[in-house]
Amino acid sequence: MVSALIPLIGLMICGAVIALETKDLLSGIISLGIIGFALTIVFLILQAPDLAIVQIIIETLTLIILIAAVLKTTIKDSIESLKARKVILWVAGLVCVAAFIFASLKAFADISAFGSPVLRMAEYYLSNGVTGTGAVNLVAAIILDFRAYDTLGEATVLFTSVAGVVAVLRKKGRT
Amino acid sequence: MIEYILAVVLFAIGLYGVIVKRNLIKIIIGLMIMEYAVNLFLALIGYRSGGAPPIVEVGKNQIFVDPLPQALVLTAIVIGLGTTALLVSFAVRIFEKYDTFDVHKIRKLRG
Repeated sequence: MVSALIPLIGLMICGAVIALETKDLLSGIISLGIIGFALTIVFLILQAPDLAIVQIIIETLTLIILIAAVLKTTIKDSIESLKARKVILWVAGLVCVAAFIFASLKAFADISAFGSPVLRMAEYYLSNGVTGTGAVNLVAAIILDFRAYDTLGEATVLFTSVAGVVAVLRKKGRT
Repeated sequence: MIEYILAVVLFAIGLYGVIVKRNLIKIIIGLMIMEYAVNLFLALIGYRSGGAPPIVEVGKNQIFVDPLPQALVLTAIVIGLGTTALLVSFAVRIFEKYDTFDVHKIRKLRG
């Protein structure tokens, strides 16, 4: 089953290229959906059912938000760039991408191989999770018990961003 | 190892989109591709060959995948929705004011 990972990630890469290069913003957003839903299947293959459930819900919501925004504004990407600017941008983009890939390939020397992770902190969670928290789902035990402050911070960030969206988009009080 | 490299390639495509594209919606799409790539990479790091999902069945001795990256990615996915909603609302507001998604035109119209 793990052998299906590489074609799926390849599909995600194809979706990413199409999403960025198409001239129609609506098609681009639908192609973004390819990446998100393929990621759901990848999470299932990687034995992470909680992640798959959350990802499929969040992906649907994100697509709805993006499609609503694009339909409200414009679906055409009719921006043609100037010749000189284009060259500078391409060079800058290539340099950044090349530097990033080079640095990450260097970093891979220090990561353990795929399929055999280093379990340092997780060893404690795996052996004491059930007796310590009473939750059989260890992911729930971690986010709601061992690292509950992280989840509190997450709720704070989510609330702040929703408050930001309401403040930016409301019609009342605009001059 | 090839899985890690493909995740990095996905991240690099998103980085290219953020740097080179001039349309605000395309820049948001690039940021989201980067977010997906990071989530994918963290989930890949936690995988153990032959591991079961980290849900304990009492009385069984099983090998589990690493639950810690999964918990972190769960948080990151939800925060990703919040940041995306905020970015999109900024983009819609900018379009209402300047009638374009082009970042260079928006910069010229400032003031």
